[in-house]
Amino acid sequence: MGEVNPDLQSRVVKFPGGGVLVAGIDEIFNWARSNSMWSLTFGLSCCAIEMMATAASHYDLDRFGILFRATPRQADVMIVAGWVSVKMAPFIRRLYDQMPDPKHVLAMGGCACAGGPYRDSETIVKGVGEIVPVDVFVYGCPPRPENLIHGLILLQERIREESILGVRKREPITVQG
Amino acid sequence: MNGDLRDLHQEILDLGTQGMVMNMGPQHPSTHGVLRLILTLDGEEVMACEPVIGYLHRGLEKMAERRPYRHFLPFTDRLDYVCSLANNLACAQAIERLAGIEVPDRAQWIRVALMELNRIASHLLFLGTFGTDLGATTMLLYAFREREEALALLEAITGARLTYNWIRVGGLPDDMPENWDKGVLAFCDLLESRVGEYDRLLTDNPIFRRRTEGVGVIPAEDAIAYGLTGPTLRASGVEYDVRRWAPYEKYAEIDFDVVVLRDGDTFARYLARRLELEQSVRILRQVFDRMPEGPIASKVGKVLKAPPGIAFSQVESPRGELSFTMVSDGSPNPQRVHIRAPSFANLTVLADLVVGNKVADVVAILGSIDIVLGEVDR
Repeated sequence: MGEVNPDLQSRVVKFPGGGVLVAGIDEIFNWARSNSMWSLTFGLSCCAIEMMATAASHYDLDRFGILFRATPRQADVMIVAGWVSVKMAPFIRRLYDQMPDPKHVLAMGGCACAGGPYRDSETIVKGVGEIVPVDVFVYGCPPRPENLIHGLILLQERIREESILGVRKREPITVQG
Repeated sequence: MNGDLRDLHQEILDLGTQGMVMNMGPQHPSTHGVLRLILTLDGEEVMACEPVIGYLHRGLEKMAERRPYRHFLPFTDRLDYVCSLANNLACAQAIERLAGIEVPDRAQWIRVALMELNRIASHLLFLGTFGTDLGATTMLLYAFREREEALALLEAITGARLTYNWIRVGGLPDDMPENWDKGVLAFCDLLESRVGEYDRLLTDNPIFRRRTEGVGVIPAEDAIAYGLTGPTLRASGVEYDVRRWAPYEKYAEIDFDVVVLRDGDTFARYLARRLELEQSVRILRQVFDRMPEGPIASKVGKVLKAPPGIAFSQVESPRGELSFTMVSDGSPNPQRVHIRAPSFANLTVLADLVVGNKVADVVAILGSIDIVLGEVDR
């Protein structure tokens, strides 16, 4: 067994020959889920470049347990990075539907949050929230990597409060740009 | 280019043989943006390819008509978002030519420095993503290490990491910050000491060379016929660079080589960009010594109106020839704006180029053309 969260450390009961973790099932599940948020490789436009920069050497998302998976079947978090056109919208919904529960959506950048500079364009959906339920809105054009990381950490904190009984908070978190 | 092979495949399809249709994208780890390719396969071999674009379409040219000239400049940032400054420059140049505005010498020199720094950042991103496409994941981390340095320099002058909006009609909004030139020259030294690492990781890597050499060859005549520009064209042996052929800003006074390679394959297209890094460093080293003191912007009225007419501007963006055509009818808004995006023209070659190749090579060929979908769809 690797590193154990200090909160859980006190609950490890020592037995001869190994340790047994005694904790609420929500606690264990949320500990695992919040520290292994695999996110879907899904870049739309400018924000995707910043998402790559956040994942690459300088900002290194791996240290939060966030890896990019190319298939929605293995993803927990969808980061919508970029503007959503009317033509793209059905695909986003399908990708969201293909993701297994529990799943979360982070809207990155002004366009994904509310249409951004293209609010008056007839081919742009005014925010991805019209298609899928969004947990975190990270504003900015594009948001700095620090902002994205902040949004992801807030999402981790939210996951820690969830329950397998299906009690989930639905009011979105907002990170200002 | 694959002509006989394409005819053969067409004959097979005409006989009523059904290939396996495979959808690649719009969500796919190796498509650069949301491009969809409908591939018809015979086993592993591609028989036909139909690219589907438009997933990022936002009607940008129409939006330009609804705005005053200067209000459109921030939108050009989001055309080719990997090299925003080249788009800014092309748009600003078109407006300057339309309204007859002169740009001070110092601003022109700083513009050249910004162009080349942005080109380096863009090519580094290409090296990283192209390596990842072919499974050389380490290259992404190495390229982003230097790219962050370049972005820090651009951030120091423009205040943004990606969408700079720093080139204005008639010049620049502000001068260079103190010691910025020293920072750029230090970055040049740093980059030069690091390109050897890229060569060890990719250029001299036998696996990488086997995946790229002789794959997706574009002969020079075809490259011209398809309207390719930029490193994609120059890798096929055509010496065409807007910086040399129709110099803008101060490029006529700068000493640099146009990188031209002969092979025209995927490896040559990679190498052309890799070698352009060194040429950009060479240009950056010349800029600061020759930069005169003086104003950085000429006076432009608060309401910018251009006399009726048409203006055209060309810029060598990292992807090729980017040009804006603007038509004015004398009102504060342009009557018509046309953007000639290099990625769009370069993408046209893809459908014919991948025929006869294996599925895995489609990713390599697509990566080597280096498209940005924000610019393809507009």
